[in-house]
Amino acid sequence: MQTLIENLVNAGTFGKNASVVAAIVIFVLSAVVFLGVAFPFAGIVSWVERRVWARIQSRVGPNRVGPNGFLQWLADGVKHVCKEDIIPDDSDPTLFKTAPYLVVLAFVLPWAVMPFSSSLILADLNVGILYMTSVTALTVVGVLMAGWASNDKWSLIGGIRSAAQIVSYEIPAGLSIFPVVLMTGTLSMQGIIRAQGWAPQHWFLFANPFTFIAANILYISALAEGNRTPFDLPEAESELVAGFATEYSGMRYLFFFMAEWGNLFIIGAIITTLFLGGWQCPHITKNVVLMNVLQLIVFNVKVLALVFLSMWIRATLPRVRIDQLMLLCWKYFVPISFVDMIGTAVWVAIWPDGNAFMGYIMLAGAIVVAVLFIQRVIFYLRRSRMEMYFNPTI
Amino acid sequence: MSGVSDYVQNIKETVSTIFEGMAITASHFMRKPYTVQYPDRMAVRVQDTLPFRYRGILEVDLEICTGCLACERLCPIDCITIVADKDPVTKQLLLSQFDIDIAKCMYCGLCSEPCPTGSIHHTTEFEGADYSLESLIRRFVKDPVIAYKPKKGPETDQRIAPILNRGMAYLDQWAIPGSDAEAKAAADKAAAETAAPGEPS
Repeated sequence: MQTLIENLVNAGTFGKNASVVAAIVIFVLSAVVFLGVAFPFAGIVSWVERRVWARIQSRVGPNRVGPNGFLQWLADGVKHVCKEDIIPDDSDPTLFKTAPYLVVLAFVLPWAVMPFSSSLILADLNVGILYMTSVTALTVVGVLMAGWASNDKWSLIGGIRSAAQIVSYEIPAGLSIFPVVLMTGTLSMQGIIRAQGWAPQHWFLFANPFTFIAANILYISALAEGNRTPFDLPEAESELVAGFATEYSGMRYLFFFMAEWGNLFIIGAIITTLFLGGWQCPHITKNVVLMNVLQLIVFNVKVLALVFLSMWIRATLPRVRIDQLMLLCWKYFVPISFVDMIGTAVWVAIWPDGNAFMGYIMLAGAIVVAVLFIQRVIFYLRRSRMEMYFNPTI
Repeated sequence: MSGVSDYVQNIKETVSTIFEGMAITASHFMRKPYTVQYPDRMAVRVQDTLPFRYRGILEVDLEICTGCLACERLCPIDCITIVADKDPVTKQLLLSQFDIDIAKCMYCGLCSEPCPTGSIHHTTEFEGADYSLESLIRRFVKDPVIAYKPKKGPETDQRIAPILNRGMAYLDQWAIPGSDAEAKAAADKAAAETAAPGEPS
C-alpha cells in the first residue's frame, strides 16, 4: 500500500501537495473499501450463524427474507434503526452514548493491519500483532463503560465480569503469541506470514508440539475475549438479562453485537496469520494481480473456516460458570502457555531453522485425528438411522 | 502426585469430551431438519392429509338440502339460521337463507348426523382466521333456491348424483365406523366425479 502511494506521488498524479493529498485520498478510499467489507461481514455472519445453529438443532433457521433468508441481516438492521433510542434517566448520558462506539472502534481498528495478501494490507506495522492485541483489548473499556453508565445491577455485573474475563484471558493470549514471535523474530504480520510456507507442514501450527498447543490456547482465549458462547458470561441471559447491554436499545444495542460478530473475523485472522500460514499459496502464476487475488481467497477461506468453527463450538458447548472460567484461565492456560513459551525457546535453541521432520509427523497426527473424528460423525449418523443429508437451501 | 495426575486427567477429559460433543453436533448438522414449514412450504397441504370425517369448518351442499331444518333444531348453540318458505305460486319449498356462524360453532357434529342427505357436513378445512366476526358468518344462499326433493329410485340427475353419493358416503361412515377404507374409497370416487361431472359414472 505504501509503495503504491509512493509510486503515485512520484508519477505526479496529485500535483503540488502530493504527499498530503495522496495520503488523504488513499486512506479515505481504503477506509471506505475495508469498512465496506467489515460491516456487511458482521451482518452476514449473524445470518450464517443463525442458519448453522438452526441446522445443528434440527431446525431450519431464518429462510424467509430474500433468497434462503440471506437478507435477514438487512431486515434486522433496518428494524434496529427504526427502534427508539432510549437513554435511561439515571444513567450517565455521555458515557452511555460513547460506549458502543468504543466497542465498534475496537472492532474497526484491527482492520488496519489485516494481511489479506502480500500487498493488500493497509499498514504493515513492525509491531503489527502487538497492535492487533492491544486495540482489540479496547473492547473492555467500552463494555465496562456501558455497564457502569447504565446504572443498573445487571449491566454493572455484566460489565465487571467482562472486564475480569478479558483482562484474564489477555495473559494466555499474549503468551501464546510469544512462541511464534520467538521463531520468526518479528512482530510484523507480513513478516510472520512470510516465515511460513503454503503447505500445512510448514505452518507454525505444525512446527512443533508447543506451537500446536499455543494455537489452541490462543483460539480459546480469543473466543473468551470476544464474549463467545462457552464464555459469554457478560451477557448470560439466564442470570443477567443481557448483561452490559441490558439498558441499550435500537442501533446502540446492535453496535455491541455487530462488534461481537465482526470480531469473529479478527479472531480468525489472528490465528490464520500466526499459525495457519496466512495468505501463503503456491506460486502458480507470475501475474502479480492474479497472485494477490489467489492469496486473498486463500486467506479468506482459512478465516471463514475458523469463523465456522466458532459457530460450531457455540452450538455445542454449554456456558461455563464464572469460577470455571477463571479456573480454566489461571490454572490451565497460563501455566501451559508459560511451558509453551519456554519449550519453544528450547526448541529454537536446538533447531534454529526449525525441524522439518517434525512438521510431517505433526501433520500426520492431525490427519489421523481428523479421520477418527469423521469416523465418529459417521457413527452418530448411522446410529440415528438417517441418511446423510446436506442441503443448505431448505 | 495425585494432584498432577488429576490435572492431566482433567485436560484429557476436557479434550475427549469436546471431541465427542463436536462429533455429535457435526452429525446433527448433516441431518435433515425436523421442521414442518406450515403453511406454505409443504409437499402436501395439511387439509388433504386429514380423514374424511374430520370435523373442520361446516359446509352445505345446497343442491341436496331438503330444507327439513333438522340441523337448525339440533344445533346446541343456535349457530345455524335457515329460512325455508313455501312458494305461494309453485307450492315448492324455497330456501331464502342458510347461514352458519363459524365464530359460534363448536364443531360438535350434531347437525350433520340427522341430515337425511348428508348436505350439511364438516370439511377438512380448519384455517378460519379472519379480520372480522361478521365475515365468519358463512351465507350459503345467494339467491333463493328450491329445496331438494328425494326421489324413490336412484338419483337420475347427472349434476346432483355425485354430490348425493358423497353425502351418503359421509353419513354411512358415521353409521358404520368400521367401514373406513370403503367409505374413503367411495368419497374419493365421489370427489373425482364432482371434479368431472360430465362423465357418466
